[in-house]
Amino acid sequence: MPKFSKNDDSLVVIIGSGAGGGTLGHELAKRGVKCVILEAGGRHGPQDFQNDEWGSFGQISWLDQRTTSGKWRVARDFSGLPAWIVKAVGGSTIHWAGASLRFQKHEWKARTTYGNVKGANLLDWPIDHKEMAPWYAKAENEMGTTGTNGIPRLPGNNNYKVLAAGAKKMGYKEFHTGNMSINSQPRDGRGSCQQIGFCFQGCKSGAKWSTGYSSIPKGEATGKLECRSNSQVLRIEHDKSGKVNGVVYADKNGKIHKQKARVVCVAGNSIESPRLLLNSESSMYKNGMGNSSGHVGRNYMRHMTASTYAIFEKPVYFYRGTTMAGIIQDEAHNNTKRGFVGGYELETLALGLPFMAAFLDPGQWGREFSASMEGYDHMAGLWIVGEDMPQASNRVSLHKKLKDKYGMPIPNVHFTDHENDVKMRNHAWKQSIALYESVGATKTIKTPPYPSTHNLGTNRMSAKAKDGVVNKYGQTWDIKNLFVSDGSQFTTGAAENPTLTIVALAMRQAQYIAKQMSSKAI
Amino acid sequence: MRVLNKKAISRRTFLKSGTVTALGLTIMGTMVVGKNNAWAASFKNISPEDGATLIQMARDIYPHDFLADKYYAKVVEGYEAQAGKDKAFKSMVAKELKKINSAAKSKYKSNYKDINRELERVDILKKNEKSPLFQKVRGDLVVGLYNNKEVWPKFGYEGESASKGGYLNRGFNDIDWL
Repeated sequence: MPKFSKNDDSLVVIIGSGAGGGTLGHELAKRGVKCVILEAGGRHGPQDFQNDEWGSFGQISWLDQRTTSGKWRVARDFSGLPAWIVKAVGGSTIHWAGASLRFQKHEWKARTTYGNVKGANLLDWPIDHKEMAPWYAKAENEMGTTGTNGIPRLPGNNNYKVLAAGAKKMGYKEFHTGNMSINSQPRDGRGSCQQIGFCFQGCKSGAKWSTGYSSIPKGEATGKLECRSNSQVLRIEHDKSGKVNGVVYADKNGKIHKQKARVVCVAGNSIESPRLLLNSESSMYKNGMGNSSGHVGRNYMRHMTASTYAIFEKPVYFYRGTTMAGIIQDEAHNNTKRGFVGGYELETLALGLPFMAAFLDPGQWGREFSASMEGYDHMAGLWIVGEDMPQASNRVSLHKKLKDKYGMPIPNVHFTDHENDVKMRNHAWKQSIALYESVGATKTIKTPPYPSTHNLGTNRMSAKAKDGVVNKYGQTWDIKNLFVSDGSQFTTGAAENPTLTIVALAMRQAQYIAKQMSSKAI
Repeated sequence: MRVLNKKAISRRTFLKSGTVTALGLTIMGTMVVGKNNAWAASFKNISPEDGATLIQMARDIYPHDFLADKYYAKVVEGYEAQAGKDKAFKSMVAKELKKINSAAKSKYKSNYKDINRELERVDILKKNEKSPLFQKVRGDLVVGLYNNKEVWPKFGYEGESASKGGYLNRGFNDIDWL
């Protein structure tokens, strides 16, 4: 594993090691480009992941102080925890469920397809379905996505069987065990899924793809990638011409370092990435770096989400087996007859008993709640994930008073549902309750959104500089050697879990950066 | 289908002396003793009366009739230790419980923990659910009760599975009633 000098100004410095940063580092290294990933968290792997929800939460979550505002229920129930994401090598690919779905064709063109939705700040992506198809194929191959590249789908667990039986009764046609980046057979040096059931706590068998133990070690093996853990970037710096030339970071002892750079790529997830750009203000960039449009931090999206849990007369043991290997896609299409634009996916979901107590209906107590908990082993459950409307007022901004231990302002996450989000959620609850009742559910529970796992849109991609933060390659409009490489680039969110698209965009961006570097454009 | 047995092994009960509360907690000196003598907690910083009240309150917040008092008492025992270190907390507990008891007395002519009917106790709690003490007990129970590994089998939750090879050969897809 290489170790580069902090004075080496020929490096690409990547901030964050998740789906975007980890992939970008691997792809650049394969092309012979020297890069350093600075990861705020520590290095963990299958050997020390924990089959223990709260234990794992303390081990890998991003728990730095954050505040919330807006009308979303998360701000009331989990005011200090707007997002449930990871601070570790591999970022949220440690915690993700593995669902790897391509956007639908129309979702690249949300503004054109949905029209002028009142209160929404919709925009078409500056790229389309056709352009992304080969990158999706490349990403699916790298991640070993089931249902692609001849890889068989995973076997369905009990929770899936209940979902599928209900889907049939509902007349749904598009349901299966998903396109999952979890090995259904040994592949790429990793074994096959053992149906452990703790996908969110880090996969102890390593069957689930993660940059943490797949892409990054491969990148390191090329001799061109260094992944420096416990290195939290505080600020990006620039030269007199305005080009970025390095970053300032704190190591695990709080000691401050400067790493020089030729190119800087920000991939710290959609809360930390805009925070970092805003915290990198200077006399030249008074509103923060890359922010001449004023869009940095705005249009924060989190997907329209919710869950439905159903209790049956007989046991299900829905926690046994792969958490999210089950999907219904019939409602994912844009069918405005339902009273809203966009669509949603229905995906199997189970929580362990400890997290079920925390998230089933936060704040509730008494016999009604306890009775639901007593139905735990008879429960089936699903997650609803749909396209939410970007709104300029939903945003990540710097807290006016509170600072972290390094003196940097902490982020505030402000979110309020759009009317379209509310209508879609109600529709999804109605459909999923009908689904479970069709196979004999005796009680159903509408569970509100959890702290966000899909954080998107706060440095969005646009065709014109005035409409967003980055161009079609994730390059900031303002500074040509500064890139955004994570989900914060998303122009709109689509209905699909975002990881596959983040990986595909990072692969495409790696090719662009390598070419720009070799032609000395950057 | 691999179905779990959720029934707890019953313990032999034996006679005890002391003041027995309406719900069977016994207060003897500084001790609060559970129904079947299976556990006992000592209270000094919090009065034993208040300790028993908190245990009853914990039960009423997340009532599971198949769970012994000791699981609820475990969360409350943490407050005894905290009250020894934190004067503000200690006085908050005493003050809030006094409020609850006076509400209970004026409506049901008895201290909260001595009211026999759950509905009536819950009625008193409902009126105090915004109080800092109630919110603390409720919040702490979410983790303190449901993250106690001893209660998991009683809910049919098996916990850690990787060391057993996951569920690949242990019933991940054995549902037989659909």
